[in-house]
Amino acid sequence: MLAKRIIPCLDVKDGRVVKGVNFVNLRDAGDPVELAAIYDREGADELVFLDISASHEGRETMVEVVRQTAGEISIPFTVGGGIKHVDDMKRLLRAGADKIGINTAAVLNPTLISEGAEKFGCQCIVVAVDAKYNVEWQEWEVYTHGGRKPTGIRALEWVKRAEQLGAGEILLTSMDCDGTKNGFDLALTAAVSDALSIPVIASGGAGQVGHFHDVFTAGKADAGLAASIFHYKELTIAEVKIDLRDKGVEVRL
Amino acid sequence: MIAIVDYGMGNLHSVSKAVERLGYEALISGDAQQILSARGVILPGVGAFGDAMQHLRETGLDHTMHQVAASGKPLLGICLGMQLLFEQSEEHGVHQGLGLLGGQVVRFRGSYKVPHMGWNRLHNTQNSPLFENVEEGHVYFVHSYHAIVTDSTDLLATTDYYQSVTAIVGRKNVFGMQFHPEKSGETGLKLLANFLKHC
Repeated sequence: MLAKRIIPCLDVKDGRVVKGVNFVNLRDAGDPVELAAIYDREGADELVFLDISASHEGRETMVEVVRQTAGEISIPFTVGGGIKHVDDMKRLLRAGADKIGINTAAVLNPTLISEGAEKFGCQCIVVAVDAKYNVEWQEWEVYTHGGRKPTGIRALEWVKRAEQLGAGEILLTSMDCDGTKNGFDLALTAAVSDALSIPVIASGGAGQVGHFHDVFTAGKADAGLAASIFHYKELTIAEVKIDLRDKGVEVRL
Repeated sequence: MIAIVDYGMGNLHSVSKAVERLGYEALISGDAQQILSARGVILPGVGAFGDAMQHLRETGLDHTMHQVAASGKPLLGICLGMQLLFEQSEEHGVHQGLGLLGGQVVRFRGSYKVPHMGWNRLHNTQNSPLFENVEEGHVYFVHSYHAIVTDSTDLLATTDYYQSVTAIVGRKNVFGMQFHPEKSGETGLKLLANFLKHC
């Protein structure tokens, strides 16, 4: 049986990790390569790097970060943020990334999904979706540009389209739950998972060990992603996995 | 030196780095002479079976792989590289493989998620030097097609994904791993190290 995956996410700007990371014995708390290696040792099943650089130089730096990380870790990792063309994907994959995350660019140009999937394989293309509940619709709406721009697109329709175009996975962030630490958005995650036959990575809202169990059972997610709770050591990956194992969920320990 | 066969398919960098981290010199090469002079050969691969075989044939590296196998040098196929060792695949039409191992590569069929992607546990089906000091841990799989071996003595380990799935194969000096040992944490690195020990 496939193990449920626990995935820490690192925000990287101009080659440096932003949002504080609270690890002891770190030589350099801002070095994404060193942090990636630590998460690998601590039992992370995958990593996500989100490049929030605004400049061309920053993105170039990211390629170098990816190259060094690929040499240091022995788990798969995804790179997302600012990827607009198949050529961007190619450079990051060649540098050693395993998967490419696309969000706004995929909404603006959905053929980017199919182009990437055809060229590199579906398993490489992770479509990241930021969704927020729209009270009027009684359904979730897709937001782009880092959650700033509503699109008028229904999230459940978009994820199905993304799957048809060749997405290998959906990284689903609940904007309603993100940052609350009150748990993942189980209704959203389950609705998306039920609509698809590709894996769903749930993101946004993790605050306690039990939240991961909830998202893997009621939420029907295949993987759970979190950032600050791991960075600030509020939870360790091992704690989360032991709890899951004790509750009968298959994990890699 | 360990040769990592470059035939235009997939991410060779991670495999190369993993070999180096285990203390061996790695050379990414598409040159037959360099490959034949290596102590061991790794055939990686991500992508489609038909494309991969076409690249191998166009460059003559299909012949080189046969020479490596016949020489007794350790040869390891990883992911698509493992599937290429078999006789035939049904990925987008019927394609002939290298035929170093007997068997067919077929698509996962059923109402479950394909590709089989993520961490799954190995079950050893017989003893192998590859398993020295390695527990039956989780390793990282990404594939939509899987190999059915003709001769069960070629099967070294399986994993469960709605059926028993070929995970590790081996006959004499020819080995294959369906998962990515270079992306499979400590278990993967140990399996890779055991292969390299015989190079």
